[in-house]
Amino acid sequence: MVFLFLYLPIVILIIFSFNSSKEQMNFAGFTFYWYKILFSDKEILGSVLNTLIVAVVSSSIATILGTFAIIGVQNLKKIPKKILINIANIPLINPEVITGVSLMLLFVFINQNFKILGQGLFTLILSHTTFCIPYVILSIAPKISELNPNVYSAALDLGASPAYSFLKVILKEILPGIITGFILAFTVSIDDFVISYFTGGSVQTLSVAIYSMSRKVVSPEINALSSVLFFLVFILLIIINLRENKKVFKTGEI
Amino acid sequence: MKKRIILTPYIVWCIVFIIVPMVLVLFFGLTDESGKFTTRNLCEVFLYPDVFLRSLWLGFKATAICLVVGYLSALIISRLNVKLQKILIILVMLPMWMNFLLKIYSLMFILQDNGFINGILSSFGFSKFNMMNTEGAVILGMVYNFLTYMILPIHSSLVEIDEKLLDAAKDLGANYFMTFVKVIFPLSIPGIVSGIAMVFIPSVSTFILSKMLGGRQNFLVGDIIDMHFLGGIYDPHIGSAISLVLMILLLICTGIINQLQNENKSKKGALVI
Amino acid sequence: MNFGFKKNKIIFFILFFLILGFAAFILFKYIMLSKQNKEASLILNVYNWGNHISDGTNGYLNVNEEFEKNTGIKINYTTYPDNESLYAKLAASGTKYDVIIPSDYMIDKLKKENMLQKLDFSLIPNSSYIDEEFKNLEHDPQNEYSLPYTWGIIGIYYNKSIVSELEKEIDWNILWNKKYEKNILMFEGNPRDSFLIALLKLGFSINTTNKNELEMAANEIIKQKPLIKGYVSDQVFERVSSGETALAPYYADAWIINNKDKNLGFTIPKNTNKFLNSICVPANAEHPKEAMMYINFLCDPEIASQNISGIGYSTPENAAREKIESKFYHSKILYPDEDIIKNAQVLKNLPQDTNDLINDLWLKTRASKSNDTTKLVLIFLIFSCVYIGLKFYKSLKNKRKLNKGNLVIV
Repeated sequence: MVFLFLYLPIVILIIFSFNSSKEQMNFAGFTFYWYKILFSDKEILGSVLNTLIVAVVSSSIATILGTFAIIGVQNLKKIPKKILINIANIPLINPEVITGVSLMLLFVFINQNFKILGQGLFTLILSHTTFCIPYVILSIAPKISELNPNVYSAALDLGASPAYSFLKVILKEILPGIITGFILAFTVSIDDFVISYFTGGSVQTLSVAIYSMSRKVVSPEINALSSVLFFLVFILLIIINLRENKKVFKTGEI
Repeated sequence: MKKRIILTPYIVWCIVFIIVPMVLVLFFGLTDESGKFTTRNLCEVFLYPDVFLRSLWLGFKATAICLVVGYLSALIISRLNVKLQKILIILVMLPMWMNFLLKIYSLMFILQDNGFINGILSSFGFSKFNMMNTEGAVILGMVYNFLTYMILPIHSSLVEIDEKLLDAAKDLGANYFMTFVKVIFPLSIPGIVSGIAMVFIPSVSTFILSKMLGGRQNFLVGDIIDMHFLGGIYDPHIGSAISLVLMILLLICTGIINQLQNENKSKKGALVI
Repeated sequence: MNFGFKKNKIIFFILFFLILGFAAFILFKYIMLSKQNKEASLILNVYNWGNHISDGTNGYLNVNEEFEKNTGIKINYTTYPDNESLYAKLAASGTKYDVIIPSDYMIDKLKKENMLQKLDFSLIPNSSYIDEEFKNLEHDPQNEYSLPYTWGIIGIYYNKSIVSELEKEIDWNILWNKKYEKNILMFEGNPRDSFLIALLKLGFSINTTNKNELEMAANEIIKQKPLIKGYVSDQVFERVSSGETALAPYYADAWIINNKDKNLGFTIPKNTNKFLNSICVPANAEHPKEAMMYINFLCDPEIASQNISGIGYSTPENAAREKIESKFYHSKILYPDEDIIKNAQVLKNLPQDTNDLINDLWLKTRASKSNDTTKLVLIFLIFSCVYIGLKFYKSLKNKRKLNKGNLVIV
């Protein structure tokens, strides 16, 4: 039942993306017409490109910053550690609207006082990075708490340079966490609407483009778009899970 | 020593993009256009009790529905064998990765007066009935979008329960219902708590859902914030003040929700003792 | 086996750095691109109403693409839903647009706040095609800041199979008729839109600054609220023609001519509102010269006729109107009789205190803003009490548990 509820709307949308009639509910015949329209729609394609750029860049920065942060935090005393982790979680706990609004205020403020940083792709990347970092930290944190601190000092004792032992010991152990964090940040960034809406300026991400598209005459183009996206996500998830299964299989063998 | 340096870029980032924006919200909320201190904005915010109440109430209803539906499905999923469980969890996660707006759009598509459901109903001779632009549609949208966030944490807390505990309960003569009440449910509370937090907060603060599914009949807090920043009434000062109040209200709510969990933790501690 | 494990990790490493490299590459490419674009000033930022340009989907010319082809200048085209959103974007964010298309009263407001720059008409020779009746209007008496783009009037769309009144009998009052409860769609982007129809119904000036008149209008909005199905501006035509909704006031649009739907009717009440959307260039535009080129391109009669056919509104250029299909040319919907146009009122920029009053009244009627602060304070108090109570209860319980624990240990 739950699955029916979760999937029925999407499946119906996919079926109707092949509808040759412009009327919403009359299924007149099978066609790829809307897909053709979709792939020649510059506004949509441009926004997809924007979304991808923002997602890749901001999730990469977020992954690097988040990794450094979580490694650094381990060495702090209890109270500053607690404060820092709480601050890090603010974008997670806060409602999206407020994060979006506050970032918008920040960029407006900077722009009005220093005449730099007009809203656009750059501000989008900055704000996406900000709300992606907590996701990265969240996925690395369990790995790092499993880490045995003695291994690192052992490596040092055995004559490895700090950088080398860091790379070989710590980073290697938490790498799966980092990758999960990256993927999570990537998807969260792609999915985001609210924050892009408030901080995007004249640059439209896919979500914002859909939002402005659905305002007046809705064409079945949106249906086509959702089925394309659905299959992309589907394939992506399958790949990730196959990878994980393989890993489980291999470690199981050991 | 080196690790302190590693931390600095992140701390700088936090200050610039988390702390400063929050301070700005506070600043804008407490000043007027000329930058002078005023409580006018805050007073203005307190003129919207119905909007806040409606948001809280809708969020509460959506969370309650999510909790019941999500708990049941998580429970059923966790009873299955591991392989099937994994596939089902992927299936639960999949819609989470779909674009939020497209999901709303698909709901609009089937709920409309000439939409899918009414199409089926009328082909069976029933009269059409109105689903769009109602409170129910908004709640349905919330449930549809946030259900996954309820199922996942509950499921993971259910899976973590040690099978031996269940066996022990059985050996001690408890039937399934008793086992559920005494063992499974208390141990899944951490999952429930994080599920509630993850559904309730976005539900209360949403603004597109009410716009697209609710026909702007009933404004939610998110709508009013949006309206003061990028909508019909441009006034970032009042907008900030509303955001501020909403933030504090939701912080208190999170506090209450978390309180439920802590109580359980101490219980768990007591159990161990 | 151990080796296999290692290899797996190495693959992870490679993958990770590949992704990082890819990200860096894209960033690099983007910076290079934006630099190039800056040097050649290639991207023109156009900010327009939604569906307010011909984009090739109706079989007419794709205007932006044609411009890009002709000049090599790229267009970043984005849209806004209403005048106030445009204002918010311009006032708040540091976004620099090159071409914007506000309507009458907003032009006045932007002009007064020094947010527009004067157009350079030596670069816009095609401006001579604009008809005399659209020149020297109140919002821009010297024709310095704006150039008319489209115009139109507001009428009522109705479904003939549901609405029993004859076309002649339909006026604004029908939107308050209890017969059509939950069967009326109101368009509304902002407070002024919703006051507009109420003021028209009452027969007041739509630019009234009289407090009593505005309060009466607010009362009308309250009265109308239970009859409304939704306050939306999307898919109005489809919804009315399919019978989902009986009535909807909306802008006159060529959709009704193109779709020849027998059920869909459109009528223009005697006193109505006329809007004029004009092209302007913001004061902080980065490429004013290219913006003038773009404006000139839009005013070319050939382009303008294709564009207006795609948009579905009415054109302020007779030269362009002569080139459009006769079904549009002779349409009484797009180009109504002289007396209707004469009677139609235009929205004007209002003084700030009137705007504040309208916003306040609108929030009271639509967002149930009240005069009473105690309720929300009470909510806060209750929530805080629950929180503190729970915390207190918990700590009490904890102490007891601890005592018990101690007892056990003892």
